[in-house]
Amino acid sequence: MTPALIEVRNVRKAFGGVVANRDVSLDVERGRITGLIGPNGSGKTTLFSSIVGQHPIDSGSIRFEGREISRLDVQRIARLGLLRTFQQTRIFSKMDCVQNLLVSLPHRETAWSHMFRRYPPEVIEKAERLLEFVGLYAKRRLVAGSLSFGQQKLLEFAMALMNEPKVLLLDEPTAGINPTLVNALIERLKRSNREFGITLFVIEHNMRVIMNLASRIYCMSRGELLASGSPAEIRDDRRVIDAYLGAQ
Amino acid sequence: MSRRSALLHLALAAAGIAAPFVFPAHTVQFAVFWVFVLFALTWDIMGGHMGYNSLGNILFFGLGMYICALVQIGLVYDIAEYTAANGAVHIDFTDAQYFHGLALGVAAAALGPVLVAAALSWIVFGLRGPYFAIGTLGVAIAAAELTNAWDYVGGGQGIAMPVFPGGPGMRERFFYAACMAAAVACYLFLRWLYGTRFRLAINAIRDDEDKAEALGLHTGRYKMVAWSISAFFLGIAGALFGNMTGFIEPLETAYPTLTFGIFMVAMTLLGGKGMLWGPVVGAAVFYTLRELTWTYLLGWQYIALGVLIIVNVVYFQQGILGWLRARRPQWFA
Repeated sequence: MTPALIEVRNVRKAFGGVVANRDVSLDVERGRITGLIGPNGSGKTTLFSSIVGQHPIDSGSIRFEGREISRLDVQRIARLGLLRTFQQTRIFSKMDCVQNLLVSLPHRETAWSHMFRRYPPEVIEKAERLLEFVGLYAKRRLVAGSLSFGQQKLLEFAMALMNEPKVLLLDEPTAGINPTLVNALIERLKRSNREFGITLFVIEHNMRVIMNLASRIYCMSRGELLASGSPAEIRDDRRVIDAYLGAQ
Repeated sequence: MSRRSALLHLALAAAGIAAPFVFPAHTVQFAVFWVFVLFALTWDIMGGHMGYNSLGNILFFGLGMYICALVQIGLVYDIAEYTAANGAVHIDFTDAQYFHGLALGVAAAALGPVLVAAALSWIVFGLRGPYFAIGTLGVAIAAAELTNAWDYVGGGQGIAMPVFPGGPGMRERFFYAACMAAAVACYLFLRWLYGTRFRLAINAIRDDEDKAEALGLHTGRYKMVAWSISAFFLGIAGALFGNMTGFIEPLETAYPTLTFGIFMVAMTLLGGKGMLWGPVVGAAVFYTLRELTWTYLLGWQYIALGVLIIVNVVYFQQGILGWLRARRPQWFA
């Protein structure tokens, strides 16, 4: 059996007295879509931030393609091909959509001279193709800050694809998006996984979305991993239902 | 480049070349104008395009000025002896000594500040927002005080610069040409630079540095290079300005944080930050206003400039070209 793309083992992260993650272990399989659910404040975003190197973890291990990454900084982890999008959408608001995509090109080259190159036409074409893919082609020359929240989410998703990651961590991709756009977004997430071969690891509150999307789901509650399994198993798991509804 | 744009560039270059011949009495003031253009263009790299408001860029101007002076003098004399003599020996430079010294001095004045900027960037770029502004201001003030207390380089007494060989009017024209050449070179360099990936990268740092990091951008590298480019051209500006003035000292000439150091920011904001021509237009307007207030409002000139800065910052944040771009976007397509 080949090891998982991301292996999280016994990770603990506390902020002062609050333990946000306690003894969390999970696997993100290569080429799959893995889901992460749990009530608000259960530590999902903290785990994402730990994986991408936003903050150091207290103990445990995080491996990406077999390599320990829990001591690397954000930029280096991103250059390995492990990327996250933000719950509060983050785009470059004073730059137009095409520029947002161009600057999102992978930054794996280490030569300093690379900083002073121009963008070749095929890269600009690629940026425009991706904008078309997320349905923003008509807005490509608009300043990103003028887009609606939902459009900014789509733009951030396109930026992530431009970066050619091996795995993409999406923090609530459908939150704040109108229901008609949600289906289109799910379709695009599935296509990015199927056609571009990008492994997805998705935090999602919308049960319909995550059941439809993921092949394996982890559920967290109060900083700990509560359950894992296929969407059907998770849906029928008593502990998961209790965690969401607050029953004892 | 469009035909109209090429014509505009040519017309401005012709005006620049003609100016000292048409108004020979004002050659030095015109040279100062080009130094102002350099101030604004270099400040805008970080302040406008990268969102890092440095109040300490004057550091590189002063460093360039002193490095150039020390190279020019050190090639021919013992520096300690020269500074102790208070300039009493400065008449002895031959033409060849003068120009060799000046050429080497300007080269050193360009490279020295780059090294300092690269070294300092490891410290100051840990700061963001207002902390960065105050941190850089602190560095510039410290440099001024250190130079002021360092007798080897003349301390507060300053240094009398080697005297330009050549007839009356030649010195002014020579340094006018050098200042204009430096400003034009800086403009052309930035024009090229802003056409590369570098510009989008520093714009991204301005808009959201954390996001840029999350995408894997080498943010530290971009910030260091951006500041080093400012340092390079400011070092040259300092070297030329020092020689043109003829006498340099730390607080008023080399590290004037409260005049030139603030002018850089004011000019860029006035013209429109984050646009190649914004700082140039800002420098031109600011320079003109400064000359007018110094002539007609003497005694009140700083109050007039203060009012200008307040009005600019409170009511006119987009600057002249930013305002124009909002009105006539087709001119900026």
